[in-house]
Amino acid sequence: MVLWLVSRILQALLVMLVMTVIVFVGVNVVGDPVTILIPPDASAEERIRVIQAFGLDRPLWEQYAEFLRGILRGDLGRSYVYNQPALQVILQRMPATLELAFAAILLSVIIGIPLGLYAGLRPDSLLSKFFMAGSVLGFSLPTFWIGLMLIMLFSVHLGWLPASGRGETVEMLGMRWSFFTANGLAHLALPALNLSLFKIALVMRLTRAGVREVLPQDYIRYARARGLSERRVIYVHVLKNIMIPVVTIIGLEFGSVIAFSVVTETIFAWPGMGKLIIDSINVLDRPVMVAYLMMIVLIFVCINLLVDLVYTLLDPRVRLSSGRKG
Amino acid sequence: MSDPFDVQDVHVAAPDPRETPWRRIWRDYSASPLAVAVLAVLLAIIGLAVSAPWISPQNPYDLMQLDIMEGLLPPGSVAETTGYTYYLGTDDQGRDMLSAILHGLRISLWVGVVSALCAVAIGATLGLFAAYRGGRTESMIMRLVDLQLSFPTILVALMILAFLGKGVGNVILALIIVEWATYARTARGTALVEARREYIEAANCLGVPLHRIIFRHLLPNCMTPLIVIGTVQIARAITLEATLSFLGLGVPVTEPSLGLLISNGYQYMFSGQYWLSFYPGIALLVTIVAINLVGDRLRDVFNPKGQV
Repeated sequence: MVLWLVSRILQALLVMLVMTVIVFVGVNVVGDPVTILIPPDASAEERIRVIQAFGLDRPLWEQYAEFLRGILRGDLGRSYVYNQPALQVILQRMPATLELAFAAILLSVIIGIPLGLYAGLRPDSLLSKFFMAGSVLGFSLPTFWIGLMLIMLFSVHLGWLPASGRGETVEMLGMRWSFFTANGLAHLALPALNLSLFKIALVMRLTRAGVREVLPQDYIRYARARGLSERRVIYVHVLKNIMIPVVTIIGLEFGSVIAFSVVTETIFAWPGMGKLIIDSINVLDRPVMVAYLMMIVLIFVCINLLVDLVYTLLDPRVRLSSGRKG
Repeated sequence: MSDPFDVQDVHVAAPDPRETPWRRIWRDYSASPLAVAVLAVLLAIIGLAVSAPWISPQNPYDLMQLDIMEGLLPPGSVAETTGYTYYLGTDDQGRDMLSAILHGLRISLWVGVVSALCAVAIGATLGLFAAYRGGRTESMIMRLVDLQLSFPTILVALMILAFLGKGVGNVILALIIVEWATYARTARGTALVEARREYIEAANCLGVPLHRIIFRHLLPNCMTPLIVIGTVQIARAITLEATLSFLGLGVPVTEPSLGLLISNGYQYMFSGQYWLSFYPGIALLVTIVAINLVGDRLRDVFNPKGQV
């Protein structure tokens, strides 16, 4: 087990290293940093001065070593736009994204599980069929389009909820949260719903499949035979048994929620990391781009490591083979 | 004198010679009227997209044909000069939305189909090769696939386009890079079973060259899951392209896809001019849902037992 963990961590570090190479090559070879750094009307001396100042005249591997040293020190350059260390700019935006992601996951659980439970218990009812058809749409519709429709309906047409920004926030534990103000919650509602729709569909289908699988089992029949109330059978015996896969998948999907927050944040002008990266790409703020990518890689490597670990703990069969099967 | 292996006996058992695999697939597929209707819709969409330059009432990119005075007209407005009806309204530059949507559909479908075809060619080849070779080659290819699939496609595509910049070619390239891994995994999964079969062993013994084994022996037997995945992946590619274009990282303004049209109309939505975003969105939606439904039906046809 310890050996397995060590080998997984080494693999994760290797992935990080490979990603630094890819990001470095992407920024310095595919996209020419000179054209980004120097205005087109700069003189020849100016060009040479900037190239030397940024070390762009040195061999690539030396530049890469410098880049790697910077990463280890947590120094990813200064943002051209905000004139702050790039990492700091990212970290400032992170709580907003995390808050949105957690709100979306919360919504997907409190909406997805009851709907899935209902659809699993009454598979032939019209309402269940309606839910299932809805979940197919939830899977296939593009996130940004749903976001636009939400804005059109709730903000423009009905005027119930604000369509952009984060609203009032409250300082707590050194970070600003909009969870605790009415105005903040109103601003959070649409983006969180938008981000969660896909997950609601997923959680619902998982729950339904789980219920369908568990219901015919002997222990459910036995529970009923013991004369337990239907409530107790469903909430204790059924729900408890389907929670493990549902919780695992929700954890797994956290990464994809962070990824799709790029889209949602752009639509709703939510001031998180996702909106930051799109803005930075549009104005070619290279240090922020690099810092964001490295941060995302770090988050995903950690998530994947955690997922592998959870799988091993839940399913001892996985432990037998040292690597993941494709 | 009766020979037990008489040729005529074989004839009785043999299937109808006219029953080619394609005919059988079509027969199973058309058992569901809804599926046939969806296929008809999809074919109509493809037809509209292909013939867009000839059937659209206006060339949306020819600035000479645009009249800025007729900008932001609601659907159903009649042009004052030409008497032409703008069935879906006009955008801020007086462009007929119907024509813009037809051309946008063309670009969206083109990007989706081309990227899927290239990705399936690369992914399937690597997947089949991995399954056939096994050992270190296999684990190397599959590690790469695992690594790639552990990152969400949208982030990988975003990263690639951030480096490469906008452009139809760049979007296609980004989609190929994010999609190949899915095909590789599918192809390898199917081929693992096939590669251990006798006919592959026989081909090996005959000294059939590697490329022939992979493309002529393995590939035809692994086609069905690839077709199903391929159909669904085209829909995903179109969605992803639309999303990237919406974010402003996809196709350039000169070649607007449906995603870019939606993005352009976004700002006008707040002032009630919904048609700029709404109708391209409907076109995108119908296309994606139609492709997904056809894919679902194909899955049922190819695999009648394993329903989820």
